[in-house]
Amino acid sequence: MAIDKFRHTISTAVPLPIENVDTDQIIPARFLKATTRDGFGENLFRDWRYDNSDQPIPDFVLNNPIYRGKILVGGKNFGCGSSREHAAWAVGDYGFKVVVSSFFADIFKNNALNNGILPITVSEDFLAQIFSEIEKDPDVKFEVNLESQTFKITSTAVETDFDINPYKKKCLLNGYDDIDYLLSISDKIETFETARAE
Amino acid sequence: MGKTLFDKIWDAHVIDEIEGGPSVLYIDKHLIHEVTSPQAFNGINKRGLKVRRPERTVATPDHNVPTIDQHLPIKDKLSKYQVDKLTENCEQHGVELYGLNHPYQGIVHVVGPQMGITQPGMTMVCGDSHTSTHGAFGTIAFGIGTSEVEMVLATQCILQPKPKKMRITVNGSLKNGVTSKDVILYIISEISASGATGFFVEYAGEVFRSMSMEARMTVCNMSIEMGARGGLIAPDQKTFDYVEGREYAPKGTDWDKAIAKWTKLNTDADAVFDEELKFDAADIEPMITYGTNPGMGVGITGSIPSVGDISSKEVPSFQKSLEYMGFKDGDVMIGKKVDYVFVGSCTNGRIEDLRSVADFVKGKKKADNITAWIVPGSKQVEKQAIKEGIVDVLEEAGFKMRQPGCSACLAMNDDKVPKGKYAVSTSNRNFEGRQGPGSRTLLASPLTAAAVAITGKIIDPRTILQN
Repeated sequence: MAIDKFRHTISTAVPLPIENVDTDQIIPARFLKATTRDGFGENLFRDWRYDNSDQPIPDFVLNNPIYRGKILVGGKNFGCGSSREHAAWAVGDYGFKVVVSSFFADIFKNNALNNGILPITVSEDFLAQIFSEIEKDPDVKFEVNLESQTFKITSTAVETDFDINPYKKKCLLNGYDDIDYLLSISDKIETFETARAE
Repeated sequence: MGKTLFDKIWDAHVIDEIEGGPSVLYIDKHLIHEVTSPQAFNGINKRGLKVRRPERTVATPDHNVPTIDQHLPIKDKLSKYQVDKLTENCEQHGVELYGLNHPYQGIVHVVGPQMGITQPGMTMVCGDSHTSTHGAFGTIAFGIGTSEVEMVLATQCILQPKPKKMRITVNGSLKNGVTSKDVILYIISEISASGATGFFVEYAGEVFRSMSMEARMTVCNMSIEMGARGGLIAPDQKTFDYVEGREYAPKGTDWDKAIAKWTKLNTDADAVFDEELKFDAADIEPMITYGTNPGMGVGITGSIPSVGDISSKEVPSFQKSLEYMGFKDGDVMIGKKVDYVFVGSCTNGRIEDLRSVADFVKGKKKADNITAWIVPGSKQVEKQAIKEGIVDVLEEAGFKMRQPGCSACLAMNDDKVPKGKYAVSTSNRNFEGRQGPGSRTLLASPLTAAAVAITGKIIDPRTILQN
């Protein structure tokens, strides 16, 4: 079953300069009762986005129309906490294709990649530059090129490389998923199981 | 060069390596629950696949179950649907299920060890980050997302990059009143909530050696709270004694063979870790958290750091956190008023935890301002607590006994701490809203939670122990 392909995007970004954004903030536990993968974007950052009476909290970045785009930029240790993939589904369902931070929690990073969302790790200095450029001009665009593994601030033309596992890069570029790959080596799995049983 | 315990187990389970990519790792045991598995079953059904090894898969509902009136149909429609879906999926695919009201039902990480499903040298996964708990048995156990649950259901394998290795050694003896929960909260407070990201941790040293299996489970459980992929402790006689005779444990000659294999599960003297950390047991006090991640903890007699002591980059997050908690920088923790006490969860919902609370509160009454919930980790824990008279002691003290489940640890069901209220909790996360929208959580050991329940405010449990 294919994941969404990702190759290249030029987009404005939504800044969330908070450290340790945990998966309970991304999607609170009470919204995990669904049995499908759809519709989680509605509750992305629910308790930061809406008050007790479900009214939008104007200060929160997702409620501010000047900030929009396919790129979410978060503070250090983004996605820590629970393994809930619902967090990646919520980020993707809301419309983000890329999440940028100076540091990602491992499970969130895997979950994002398994859903065609590209997590990009940049240095703390570069992250600070991104936040400062958005602060100056919320319409500033960023260019993400997976093929060349580069992330560019278009206003300053400052560019940085980013790392991605070559296998995961291939998956994203082609829309492959891990299960397809594992099914293709089922003879190796069989051999392993037989050898261990002996 | 020698190998670490982690390398030995990992290498024995690698089926294939993708060039420049992740390893294909074979999974011995897969635990599943109602919240992170339905989409995975949908996925394999859509592909027309079966569960590859149903006998390596065990299911129990825990995250989303009510903790009162479990014999009645679940009232919340969505929760009921999710729990029913687990039953349906397990029936369809021939997976063993300990459903609601089954004598073995409980929190998945309490159930695994108590049934002997968890054994040394295994690879184990579950769609829950606290799967690291099982590392207490010398097991590579880690939490996974739902796409990965689907992967394991379909192929019994997972694609994983090999993590780096860290050893955390704590030598010396713990002071009176300092428990395994305090040890792990101390380590996290020292290295931060992201201090072990990218690593798999081995816990070594006298302190972990002297711990009971349940205490070791508490430590390994919270490995994820410092970002680690998992944490493990080399198995020893205590491990073998714990596993022996349990439902899934090897029996007869298989047991002897297993022991022969398990005794080799240790880190070679000349093995090298990517990072080594050492702590001294004498420096550890009973711990309490004051902020909104598990790294924001202090010794209970201490105070919240001053803004001036925080690096400038971290100040906005630190201040946001304190504002949420309603605390000020530099505040002393002792004496702060508390509204709720929650004893339970996969971190501290086992029989030893309930015993430690009952021993402490026996003959005392909870403070009037406290609502105290005790949620056993499983039906077996509940049964044992009744048998030992623990339930009577706790109820006489004014605690409310609930039925097994994850409960107020993540507040998916109705067990929620109200907005603005303070809860001292034996669980694992103090994130904003974790125990209910607007709730404020202070993480601590069962012993500290018991002392707080009696006095109604933050107190050093040692001051009561001495009397």
